[in-house]
Amino acid sequence: MTALLLLPLILPFLAPTLGRRTLDRLAPATALWVLTASALALAGACVAALGALVLTGLLKLPAFAALGELVHPLRTPSDYFVLPAAMAATGVLTLSVWTLVRSAFRQTRAFRTARTQADRRPAAGDLCVIESPDPDAYALPGRPHRIVVTTAMLRSLGSAEREALFAHERAHNRAGHHYFLAAAELAAHCHPALRATRATIRFAAERAADEAAAELTGDRRLIATAIARAALAGNASPSTRPDFAPAATTGPVPQRVAALLAPTRTRPRTTRRTAFLLVVCTVLSVAAGAAGVVDFHHEVEVAQGEEAP
Amino acid sequence: MKDARDERRPAGELEAAVMAALWAAGAPLTPGRVQAELGSGLARTTVATILTRLHEKGVVDRERQGRGYAYFPVQDAPGLTARRMHTELDRDTDRETVLARFVAQLSPGDEQHLRRLLEGDD
Repeated sequence: MTALLLLPLILPFLAPTLGRRTLDRLAPATALWVLTASALALAGACVAALGALVLTGLLKLPAFAALGELVHPLRTPSDYFVLPAAMAATGVLTLSVWTLVRSAFRQTRAFRTARTQADRRPAAGDLCVIESPDPDAYALPGRPHRIVVTTAMLRSLGSAEREALFAHERAHNRAGHHYFLAAAELAAHCHPALRATRATIRFAAERAADEAAAELTGDRRLIATAIARAALAGNASPSTRPDFAPAATTGPVPQRVAALLAPTRTRPRTTRRTAFLLVVCTVLSVAAGAAGVVDFHHEVEVAQGEEAP
Repeated sequence: MKDARDERRPAGELEAAVMAALWAAGAPLTPGRVQAELGSGLARTTVATILTRLHEKGVVDRERQGRGYAYFPVQDAPGLTARRMHTELDRDTDRETVLARFVAQLSPGDEQHLRRLLEGDD
């Protein structure tokens, strides 16, 4: 039983690799759905498994056993395994809840500020312009959806590129990408391996918005040059980033530009199938977690004398 | 790529496009200049109508220029909104979690890579 509960804790470590493969093999909008649903399911299974481990440990304590109306001792593997596992699970769960609450609090506050300031500014259509020397632009979901752009960003782009930028941000708002980002954030706080998946989900959201904008304007090159120009403009301003960061890796921006400039290709069915390895991993994890929890519930019933062993 | 299509776009998107052109110019623009800046299939009269609407909303101001008006964006108390928003959003090093930003920070290798991509495409 306890072995089954360990699977949902181990399987998420496969998610980063499989997630990148999913994004590589599927259309970005589809990949975004698959990635986010998988991350949430993996996170849920992980939390359920940790919860069951914590309860197992608690029911080993006489006080809690009495509280749980156990008439027989709970049948578990050796105490030398169960008790440390339960203690570790308690620590991990507490830490997760703490970082999640802190992050939720911070982000809600930042979002509210952005929203109030944007609502206070007169708007032309859905555009809210902020006077600032830093080139920056983002989609601000809410009622109504807004696009926030700084004057420096507007000035570093030509008029067609500005339209490309607006099309990209409107695609974020229309597709409700902020829900996906929030789900990714939630999952990232449940298991450390899902942090890498959060980065993949963010990248998938950007790619999906790029593709939607490219379809709307009918010009992939235009979107690519707009992204490149905006990124290079942002880079010209002094950065606080340490220079010893690895230089060989390619960040998300060049990857997006490269994807837009590359000719569109259709993949053979066999390579597309491997995109769903992440789904297989998720289903395994959820099944193991569910079986483990059901088994744990059965053992508790037995210990309560309500079911035959 | 676009021509007649621009005339059929939602009014909000057209207003945003005109407003962006005014901000990017940094100097008062006549409807004719705005039309030229946009480089799209919008008629001059359509641009003039949008500018009048923006003026009624109090988003842009105008001054006499020759026989018509030149329009410019209404500024807020210098950069106040920008400062408020940036201090709040910059507080987290990981800013992208709240909002989907157009471009992420480039890593040192990215800049060369980007320039190579754009050159290779030309």
